[in-house]
Amino acid sequence: MRLSLGSILYYWSKDDTLAFYRDLADSPVEIFYLGESVCSKRKQMRTQDWFELAEELESKGKEVVLSTLALSEADSDIKTLHRICDNNHFMVEANDMGAVSLLEGKAFVSGHSVNTYNQHTIKLLSELGLKRWVMPLELSKDTLADLLATKPETVESEIFAFGRIPLAYSARCYTARAHNLQKDDCQYRCIDYPDGMLLNTQEDQKFLNINGIQTLSAQTYNLLPELDSMKTMGIDVLRLSPQYRHMDKIIDLFDQCINNKLSTEDASNQLEKLTSSGSCNGYWYGKAGIESKAS
Amino acid sequence: MELVCPAGNLPSLKAAIDNGADAVYIGFKDDTNARHFAGLNFDEKKIQQGIEYAHTKNRKVFLALNTYPQPSGWSRWQKAVDHAGEINIDSLIIADLGVMDYARNRWPDLNLHLSVQGSATSYEAVNFYQRHFDIKRVVLPRVLSLKQVKQLVDNTDVGIEVFGFGSLCVMVEGRCILSSYATGDSPNTFGACSPAKAVEWIDKPDGGMDTRLNGLLVDRYNANENASYPTICKGRFNVGGNTYHALEEPTSLNTLELLPELFDAGVQAIKIEGRQRSPAYVAQVTRVWRDAIDLCQQNKDTFKPKSDWMQELAKVSEGSQTTLGAYHRPWQ
Repeated sequence: MRLSLGSILYYWSKDDTLAFYRDLADSPVEIFYLGESVCSKRKQMRTQDWFELAEELESKGKEVVLSTLALSEADSDIKTLHRICDNNHFMVEANDMGAVSLLEGKAFVSGHSVNTYNQHTIKLLSELGLKRWVMPLELSKDTLADLLATKPETVESEIFAFGRIPLAYSARCYTARAHNLQKDDCQYRCIDYPDGMLLNTQEDQKFLNINGIQTLSAQTYNLLPELDSMKTMGIDVLRLSPQYRHMDKIIDLFDQCINNKLSTEDASNQLEKLTSSGSCNGYWYGKAGIESKAS
Repeated sequence: MELVCPAGNLPSLKAAIDNGADAVYIGFKDDTNARHFAGLNFDEKKIQQGIEYAHTKNRKVFLALNTYPQPSGWSRWQKAVDHAGEINIDSLIIADLGVMDYARNRWPDLNLHLSVQGSATSYEAVNFYQRHFDIKRVVLPRVLSLKQVKQLVDNTDVGIEVFGFGSLCVMVEGRCILSSYATGDSPNTFGACSPAKAVEWIDKPDGGMDTRLNGLLVDRYNANENASYPTICKGRFNVGGNTYHALEEPTSLNTLELLPELFDAGVQAIKIEGRQRSPAYVAQVTRVWRDAIDLCQQNKDTFKPKSDWMQELAKVSEGSQTTLGAYHRPWQ
């Protein structure tokens, strides 16, 4: 099992973004997903900046995949999509069917926001060039086992194993709404929330996390405690989704467990202290995503 | 412009046809469609009666198979496609790529539409489905502005259907798993958002009410407030010290005033949401939209929604209020 780092879902300054990748360039992560997948208004990192960063990480021996927007709406979104998909060098992670359309005939990754719920969908995409497939978040380990048993051999599997869960995308910006602003005048308020804005119920139960047009879980999906059983399933890649702090330590904990240098129990105890708002794994067990079940 | 109306049962189907729907859309009695509610939808006999009723009056019947099968349930969707192929359905509305592929190969003459749950928001996505499956129509997610709808129409030969009225999804359809995060079941996996079995309405001593979803508090009402069905995106939550409708208020989409612009944009059909609603709702909403489309067709330059239409529609709206949603840029 190799480790990948998903694209940054939040809006960070260009300095923060470059520093983040500089720090992780020598980490055990083998695959870096780069790019803006949430909001096309975010321009701290321009498409050209992502290309340059991609070359830099590639020169250090990393596999780099460029991620596309999950929700394309404007003509300008389609233009950017063309630029990414036509790059002719880096593999691309399609995050909607518009991207799949442009990547047909090339090797590509389907992200978790492309709906691949069954073996027939995966087979069809493999005929179009699918190289690796990230399972949608709401699917369970039982469905994963069924899919792994039937998928074409040429398609690798990738499982979202750590991070707040992307739950929904909207035309509306909820960070702007929280500041009584419209999206067209959002003033880029999301840059002030490098880990999103927490949303609680009226009983102060932590529930969701607002990240611009994206809604995430408040809880961090964490499959580290499941690692021992995951090793026997035939999963190719584990994806860790960035948070603002401690990513280097989180990567190390996963890496040590994969290489049997640390027990998943010890690692899980350490990891719990590095996340905010608690963890969850309900989806893995076919339950409500927010639930947390001991393995 | 075609008027496409919801029918959760035979009386609703008849109400839609009798009040001027050009087409109705229906579903089977299981999780193969996104309105998988107890007591709703059509069995074998009722479907035959519905098709006969519609076809006698030269109207169409569409069948929604718009959820996402997992390997363990695949055969149920396959059977549903075959069943639809054997009866005289005018179009199948499909979301899943695998199901779409099966339907196209097994039933080459069937008309296929891409469901709103297919989540195609750009002409690149829409044209993919045309290229591979020869879809005749796509139902657009409720995330595009009017300008973006027009741009999409200009860049595809696929017929465009947009939502005109009904409960509003504020997230892009087909890729929202808020419901399963709280309950384990989502529209994609189970065919329902906020499934009824997870909903609790709890009266409080002061006359107020709490609404819960799998135990999670979605909203808390005073005695003088009307409680809405606990859909997560319409609840009141606390963000940054403020308690408010953090995502959206309980409201319905109503695009009646945009009809001339939708005509100009080249939209082929208007969809009314609400297979879970009563035959009376279907009759009322269908009648208003029939009148509006006919009047707009006569002279779209002078078209203005009549105030009694708007009142009729407000009466059957969530929270008794309506919005233009994403079509209107400031909403975003």
